Amino acid sequence: MQFQLTREQEMVRKMLKDFTDNEVKPLAAEIDETERFPMETVEKMNRYGMMGMIVPKEYGGAGADEISYAITVEELSRACGTTGVICSAHNSLACWPILKYGTEEQKKKYLMPLAKGEKIGAFGLTEPNAGTDAAGQQTIAVLDGEEWVLNGTKIFITNGGAADTYVIFAMTDRSKGVKGISAFILEKGTPGFSIGKKEKKMGIRGSATTELIFENCRIPKENLLGSIGKGFGIAMATLDGGRIGIAAQALGIAQGALDETIKYIQQREQFGKPIGKFQALQFDVADMETKVNAARWMVYNAAWRKSAGLSYGKEAAMAKLFAAETAMAVTTKAVQLHGGYGYTQDYPVERMMRDAKITEIYEGTSEVQRMVISAAVIK
Amino acid sequence: MAIFILEDKCIGCKLCLKSCPFDAIKMVGKKAVINDKCVACGACLEACKFEAIIREESEKSKKDLAQYKNVWVFAEQRQGKIMPVAIELLGEGRKLADEIGVKLCAVLLGNKVEGLAKELTQYGADTVYLAEHGLLETYTTDGYTKVISDMIEELKPEIVLMGATHIGRDLAPRVAARVDTGLTADCTKLEIDAEDKKLLQTRPAFGGNIMATIICQNHRPQMATVRPGVMDKAKKVESGSGEIVAFPAVLEKEHIRTEVLEIVKADKQQVALEEAEVIVSGGRGLGKAEGFEILKKLASKLGGVVGASRATVDAGWIDHDHQVGQTGKTVKPRIYIACGISGAIQHIAGMQSSDVIIAINKNPGAPIFQVADYGIVGDLYDVVPALIEALDRVDDIMSALKEVAATE
Amino acid sequence: MKIIVCVKQVPDTNEVKIDPVKGTLIRDGVPSILNPDDKNALEEALKLKDQQEDIHVTVITMGPPQADEMLRECLAMGADEAILLSDRAFAGADTWATSNTLAAAVRKIGAYDIIFAGRQAIDGDTAQVGPQLAERLGIPQVSYVQNFQVQGDNIQVQRALEDGYEVIQVKTPVLLTAIKELNHPRYMSIGGIYDAFRSKEVKVWTSLDIQVNKDEVGLEASPTQVKRSFTPEPKGKGIMLKGTTKEMVEQLVINLKQKHVI
Repeated sequence: MQFQLTREQEMVRKMLKDFTDNEVKPLAAEIDETERFPMETVEKMNRYGMMGMIVPKEYGGAGADEISYAITVEELSRACGTTGVICSAHNSLACWPILKYGTEEQKKKYLMPLAKGEKIGAFGLTEPNAGTDAAGQQTIAVLDGEEWVLNGTKIFITNGGAADTYVIFAMTDRSKGVKGISAFILEKGTPGFSIGKKEKKMGIRGSATTELIFENCRIPKENLLGSIGKGFGIAMATLDGGRIGIAAQALGIAQGALDETIKYIQQREQFGKPIGKFQALQFDVADMETKVNAARWMVYNAAWRKSAGLSYGKEAAMAKLFAAETAMAVTTKAVQLHGGYGYTQDYPVERMMRDAKITEIYEGTSEVQRMVISAAVIK
Repeated sequence: MAIFILEDKCIGCKLCLKSCPFDAIKMVGKKAVINDKCVACGACLEACKFEAIIREESEKSKKDLAQYKNVWVFAEQRQGKIMPVAIELLGEGRKLADEIGVKLCAVLLGNKVEGLAKELTQYGADTVYLAEHGLLETYTTDGYTKVISDMIEELKPEIVLMGATHIGRDLAPRVAARVDTGLTADCTKLEIDAEDKKLLQTRPAFGGNIMATIICQNHRPQMATVRPGVMDKAKKVESGSGEIVAFPAVLEKEHIRTEVLEIVKADKQQVALEEAEVIVSGGRGLGKAEGFEILKKLASKLGGVVGASRATVDAGWIDHDHQVGQTGKTVKPRIYIACGISGAIQHIAGMQSSDVIIAINKNPGAPIFQVADYGIVGDLYDVVPALIEALDRVDDIMSALKEVAATE
Repeated sequence: MKIIVCVKQVPDTNEVKIDPVKGTLIRDGVPSILNPDDKNALEEALKLKDQQEDIHVTVITMGPPQADEMLRECLAMGADEAILLSDRAFAGADTWATSNTLAAAVRKIGAYDIIFAGRQAIDGDTAQVGPQLAERLGIPQVSYVQNFQVQGDNIQVQRALEDGYEVIQVKTPVLLTAIKELNHPRYMSIGGIYDAFRSKEVKVWTSLDIQVNKDEVGLEASPTQVKRSFTPEPKGKGIMLKGTTKEMVEQLVINLKQKHVI
């Protein structure tokens, strides 16, 4: 057993650290404040191969392994949770299912532009009445000649509006329950497809989270992704992988808050000495460091299993559960150790705490992760 | 000159590991071992308490060193004006030449610059070697390198000093390579070794974190570029008695492979706060937006830019781009002058790594004084103009100081 | 067109701290980086490669085996080929010996059009190796390049001066030293990182490969030697100046002048 990153992975981290410090960090507070999607950062991520990095070279990607991908999301999120999730949703939720289930034509037409960073991707599963119970899909797709006709509404869609290419789930046969769900590829600008309300959120406020509305939206028959009725499986498999991305995002947010705290407690003086000299605070930092480390190895383990072709659903769920709860605990403690200043926007830990919360909710709440984990061990 | 560790004397205490700036010593077993990163700086020699580290001097001499005499100073001129650093070098060169007991010579290249040669004698040059040629009108690497190298090979100086200007640092390495000698860059201190009369050249290295004293053992001349502004200027004496010796420059157009199409004078670009060498920052103590005007004046006097505390940005007195601190920029200039800034932790976080911090504040209890190298308690509207005025007459202040020291 | 870029791996001197008590260098955790000016030099070569077909960029460095890491970074940014001059005999070189070693390696590489180098490295700050390499190769140089244009074998550059710049025209082959005003270096790319380890190569050359005698390189061949090195006096505690405003500002100016701050 070896607990060592490869030289490529180390270099990815180095590159991402440099990129994040110079391109991502300076914008983080502003995009949070103004709820602005950081398109200029996404363009830079495109240029340097982060968007679509897991896609093999023959389809225009960087051919990176899953650990490098986790490191990428982690490092981006260290400074900005928004940027982390933009990258994660694009790679895990849009590129991956097309790579895995797409036909050769679909890969050429839809995956390559996503992998080359020419287009942004999103994933539409959640509906007002189908959150954790994803099987309760209300959106329906009916085959009419050579076209599928979609009707319904999706909500809370990350990269909604900003994205060009969407992987969408809809009922093709309501009588079959989950086996009646199918997946489709949809492009922005298709008649009948519009972007609805943009959510005002507590955290990751630069990330676009919107409704997607389908009103007699007609798409070509060949835009069915995978086989008819296999949509639920595709969605679940995609989310298994997506959880690695979100776990990495949570890990990054926690690490960022910890870094800020360590810096702060060495600067801030009370009672004539830096507050970091007080043992009570030192112990808090020790606990934070320990949790972050544990989360990191869980995330990398899940990523490694995925790259190695081993089963990873349970490991991804555990990594996401633990990393998300770590992010919440560490950011909350970080605000505490910053005292009154931590509660203000003068210090980034306030934003990090708000950003951390979503990692316990999206792509499967912590409760869902516990369901996945327990189902895997209690047979 | 290589550094060696005497294995039988090394007790494996690791003191030398910590002393090495270059990470060039590692433990192998229980002994210290020097690796490829060693540049023979000798820091470990002093750290070792067991005389287990030695420097081996190599004994070889390529040239007959005794033939080389006199201290030369390259009198850089641009558009018929002698650069200030040349006068500083004459001041320093005088001391060195006197100490060795040789002549101080200035080397002047150009076209129709004889008037400057006279001036150089007034600044103390015993001899001015003057090379005039149409092709030396403007500086070119090739033209100047050829003429100066020819001079050195013919006249054999012992020491050659050049200013570490953009021209000096272009020219000196090329000359040193051609005449086959060593060169020390950007020196801040020069001394003559009392024992062997060799030139000790001290310069900062490692981003100014260490100082190194360099010698040029077996090659001549001993060449150095010297940082402008560091040495004391030579005094001008109207009746300069030095001689002016014309040196025939042998130069053809083909020798010069670069063509200077144009020389453009431009104000130094307004640099970003993070890259500025000097920052003058204002805080709430300014009281009004117009207060930044006087800070701008001080900043431009020092070739710097204006920074601000958050309070002034929030008050709308200045743009956010100027803000230093936690929610602004983190800066690390050579000089940071905080005017009317109390020094909240958010501000200090952004500027505490500055090399020299000067704080001006009415309140003697202001936390900014805790991090300041120099503190002045007073109204910034009195202190800043006084400081600008003092900077204007800095040379007078310094020479007055010297006279006081001399009479005491 | 063939471009050679000279690079150096340096400790990030911005991260170096001085132990306030002992006055010694704290080296722990100081990362090794690609020298900043050299990054600008590489960027200019890569920009040219982006614009024109048939441009081949070789990066070359002299250093310990660990410099492989930095060369991979150069490859990950987009260089085609990397050469590491590594030999115990090269160690301890001053700029004279370093330029001698680099010159021998450049001769082995063969024909080239442009050599780019950084103006200076942040560990030594000498700015000497570039010009000395040009001298040994017998080619012209332009240092402090802040703007670069090429047309065929004609090159036009701006050379920064303290109070402006010169516009200089020169023909290839030429050596140019870059300053940070020249461009904004790119980052490595993810795909580039994978290429750097999987499809590109770092060649290691020793003194035998470049056919130099051991007394022509390294410490042995260096005319200058470090006699002593020491840490500058620690800053000490701050001083509160006393007296009238005029006296205080004069004391301040004297202090700054004496410490060569102004």
